[in-house]
Amino acid sequence: MTPLLSLRHISKSFPGVRALQDVSLDVHAGEVHALLGENGAGKSTLMKILCGIYQQDEGEISINGETRHFNGYQDALDAGIGIIFQEFSLIPDLDAVDNIFLGRELRNKFGLRDRRRMIAEAQRLFDRLKVSIPLDRHIVDLSVADQQFIEIAKALSLNARLLVLDEPTATLTPSEADHLFTIMRKLREQQVGMVFISHHMEEIFTICDRVTVMRDGAKVHDCDVAATTPDDLIEKMVGRRVENLYPEQRCDADYNDVVLDVESLRLDAQGPEHSLKLHRGEILGFAGLVGSGRTELAMGLIGATRPTHAKIRMEGKPAKLRHPATALKLGIGLLPESRKIQGLILPFSCRDNISLNNLAQFQGTLPLIKRRQESSTAAALMESVRVKAPSPETPVGDLSGGNQQKVVIARWLGHQCKVLIFDEPTRGIDVGAKSEIYALMKELTARGVSIIMISSELPEILGLCDRAAVFYQGRIAAELQGDDLNSQSIMHYATGGLSS
Amino acid sequence: MSQLDSTPGIARRSSKDRLASWRRTPIFYPLIGFIVVFIAMALINDNFLTASNQVNLARQTSIIAIIAVGMSLAILTGGIDLSVGPVMALSGTVMAGLMVAGVPPSLAILLGILVGAGFGAFNGFFVAFAGMPPIIVTLATMGIARGLGLIYTGGYPISGLPPEFAFFGRGSLAGIETPILIMISVYALGFVLLHHTATGRYLYAIGGNEEATRLSGIRVSRYKLLVYTLSGTTAAIAGLILTSRLMSGQPNAGVGFELDAIAAVVLGGAAITGGRGMILGTLVGAMLLGVLNNGLNLMGVSPYLQNVIKGLIILLAIYISRKRTP
Repeated sequence: MTPLLSLRHISKSFPGVRALQDVSLDVHAGEVHALLGENGAGKSTLMKILCGIYQQDEGEISINGETRHFNGYQDALDAGIGIIFQEFSLIPDLDAVDNIFLGRELRNKFGLRDRRRMIAEAQRLFDRLKVSIPLDRHIVDLSVADQQFIEIAKALSLNARLLVLDEPTATLTPSEADHLFTIMRKLREQQVGMVFISHHMEEIFTICDRVTVMRDGAKVHDCDVAATTPDDLIEKMVGRRVENLYPEQRCDADYNDVVLDVESLRLDAQGPEHSLKLHRGEILGFAGLVGSGRTELAMGLIGATRPTHAKIRMEGKPAKLRHPATALKLGIGLLPESRKIQGLILPFSCRDNISLNNLAQFQGTLPLIKRRQESSTAAALMESVRVKAPSPETPVGDLSGGNQQKVVIARWLGHQCKVLIFDEPTRGIDVGAKSEIYALMKELTARGVSIIMISSELPEILGLCDRAAVFYQGRIAAELQGDDLNSQSIMHYATGGLSS
Repeated sequence: MSQLDSTPGIARRSSKDRLASWRRTPIFYPLIGFIVVFIAMALINDNFLTASNQVNLARQTSIIAIIAVGMSLAILTGGIDLSVGPVMALSGTVMAGLMVAGVPPSLAILLGILVGAGFGAFNGFFVAFAGMPPIIVTLATMGIARGLGLIYTGGYPISGLPPEFAFFGRGSLAGIETPILIMISVYALGFVLLHHTATGRYLYAIGGNEEATRLSGIRVSRYKLLVYTLSGTTAAIAGLILTSRLMSGQPNAGVGFELDAIAAVVLGGAAITGGRGMILGTLVGAMLLGVLNNGLNLMGVSPYLQNVIKGLIILLAIYISRKRTP
């Protein structure tokens, strides 16, 4: 039988990175095909090639046995491919109907929008999926799950025969995920082919028929789901690197020395009251699902959002956090979630990025910057975090994600910070750079720096943290330590499970 | 240490690297454009290169050039200041009014400049602390400043200024015209501020990525307040020169000056979205505009056609600069 989709020997390079190497993948009609691999394994790149956002350097794509060239997203849509991205592409201030028909509105005989027909059509789509979604409500007012169902309906309305679901369950509650699986089974009956990307093994064994495992840009394995086991897949996925990705387990925490003591902190008047303690040399994980309020708390801790109520002690002394500048004075720094949007000044050189909040130390009696001193300090900091860049003058935008993250780390090393908050420090970074960043974090704790690490990746929390606070719906649901710090209990609390 | 020494950028650079990095600076293309236009004007007009015309050219250029320093700061941070023309007129009329009322010129000048700075701070407050878009704030205050100037003067120019006041617009010091000296001083201060102080670095950072700058512990609001205060100040300094040159406070002066100042900044290689630009680029941009005005006048081109030509040259310049920066 000719596969619905066939990717043959796809290779793709970016400047300095070989993202994909000779990857092949077949998806048949009525098949749910799991695509498995760590972050940076090349799944997203492969899917972006499939939907025409990137063009492959080598290899070919065929749909129903017919070779196709995608020069853009539209070409892929025309070929019957629908993709549900992790970040939705819906317009928040329009309702479901307007979103589904955006750019191809049905018109009446006067050439005006025929809203009645569009509503009927949308209703038919939702009936097909067996979901009920309020059609007149703006997208912003709907749950994440509803938004996802609208994305799926939109793809189907474009006659998609192949759906790509990129980590669709990452932001769903378990019951919402079950609903999604029901819809996927429905679509499977209707002979739609699906590529399903997920990090959750049990989901793969629940819903998928076949699985392809990728690692470091190459396909390492494919088989029927029925013919494999979770442990087998994990081994294929992680390969031999599993034992040396994380630095040697060693606890630098001094539990008699509380550095940051958040007695109570409220981010808004209705919000929950947070409290936590951070000890010297400790790595405290903030675990939980995307959107569970971890970043919001971090922003409150550095004063980037002003809490309505805060009682905080820094090394025993009461502290007021009104602005990131006061946090900086106290020795608290944040390495934000999105390096390019919140972390780096992209037009700046590495040097200028590193010295950004360190400039005072390069001034003499006159408020003039001593360039030479600035450059040599920046170069030394780059050296200490092993940034691979031709020179400190290189624009930071030219570096890879891992090296960019190291530049952000170097900026904070210029201060004698006592507390550093890493928000998703390894997102979009390849495996090698990841382990270097983990090692750097351990070097910091050995020097007595305390770290809060926000991470959505369980292995990272388990491999690095001395203790973890698990977030659920804006509050800390549990604090886990020692033997209690394991993936089962984290997932239990992160998905709304109660203390047992 | 050997590692450090081998790092390029700190070690000596070859002349080829030097040229390449020189080409990447925002001032490279504006400077070439200026030289081309300058030579073209010199070839077309016999009178263009005469000493008297060159002095005249520099004097004419000084007012826009000085305003453009403040405008550069605003644009560099991703903002804009549309109120510079009316603020210039307001400051100038306040100086004139005070002097006519018997206030000593030095004090009148100081107060006039404070009016400009205060008005700039008023802009800055709304931009920095109320979080309003600079284009809206300064559009509103543009009208307010113009109105205040007209109210203060009753709509009539204020003349009868003390003769020694003419020094700032018509005088000279050590053989150099005062407006040119003032312009050079303002640019020197602007250059040091932008390229050699922490404040300057923060202004670039704010334009490059405001959120990242704030999250790294820089008090962005304070620096924005400073930027608009300085923009009001440079407008007031321009008002000093203009009032002195005309020997009267003109409430209607400076109509459209904000556009010339913006054009000078952008022609000087700055990005209108912020984060990129050089103070010397702005000087080159202002001189380029000045040479165009002066040269077209000498050629006897009608003022109507001059507007069209200037507009087309600005479009062309920005088109070229867009193409080379992705």
